[in-house]
Amino acid sequence: MALELHPLEQFQIEPLIPLHIGGLDVSYTNSALFMTVAVVLITALLVLGTRRGALVPGRWQSMAEMSYEFVADMVETNAGHGAEPYFPFVFTLFMFVLFSNLLGLIPYSFTVTSHIIVTFALAAVVFIGVTIIGFAKHGLHFFRFFVPEGVPLLLLVILVPIELLSYFIRPFTLSIRLFANMLAGHTMLAIFGGFAASIGLAAFLPVALDVAILALEVLVAALQAYVFAILTCLYLRDALHMH
Amino acid sequence: MDLASAKMIGAGLACIALVGAGVGIGNVFSSLISAVARNPAAQAQVQPFAFLGFALAEATGLFGLAIAFLILFVF
Repeated sequence: MALELHPLEQFQIEPLIPLHIGGLDVSYTNSALFMTVAVVLITALLVLGTRRGALVPGRWQSMAEMSYEFVADMVETNAGHGAEPYFPFVFTLFMFVLFSNLLGLIPYSFTVTSHIIVTFALAAVVFIGVTIIGFAKHGLHFFRFFVPEGVPLLLLVILVPIELLSYFIRPFTLSIRLFANMLAGHTMLAIFGGFAASIGLAAFLPVALDVAILALEVLVAALQAYVFAILTCLYLRDALHMH
Repeated sequence: MDLASAKMIGAGLACIALVGAGVGIGNVFSSLISAVARNPAAQAQVQPFAFLGFALAEATGLFGLAIAFLILFVF
């Protein structure tokens, strides 16, 4: 049985408005389009949702307030006190990842977060920002973060490199986690869709499976945005309070 | 062994990574169930952590699945 499967075709980036500045290709691509859509939708949800500011919120205002409160609560419990100034950043990050993930679930749309360069850029911003905050707050004392307290000197020789490695691996695990989830989920959907196209009447089986996977993917989309935001909060706590 | 069959075997081997994800997710939720069964009042407190653990455990397995897809469809 020869199956013609191209499950990775959906991740193809196509320039919609070709644009070259100097030697750089800064075309407006389908990826950029969906980032714009995500940002516009978030802005619409929050700005238009809270425009009336009713005391008893309607459905729209409730959505805006719930998302705000959810992230505010997350920052407060996970990043500790002193993290309030960074709430807007975590909120923006969470909403952008959430909306990118959810937009990607619409058939024939494009998943921005299924590209490692996008998630890595987000994770690198988190990593560099958190490191700068750590040094700004603690100065050179921030290096103590890599030296666990109350450990014999002999063990420190092993532990410090491990601590350093686990610190510098953070942007990679953070970005690969989100990227791999999106890539695997969407590829799986496309593969079962491809099965359905090639086996005729029995096609309802893979389609039913696709529906089930899609339900899981909605959960994963929301969960990965949550995980991305909560890990950002935990990294922030490390920088602000050091252990 | 020709390249095509080596790719198939490699993709199959990469999927073994999902064993760990399965064990991990099962472990997370079994712990959640026993925790809530012992102390139902704690459900609201432990559930977010369970879902965090679920997402983290699932992600490690998906690294293997992503490698399998890359072997099959990219190289």
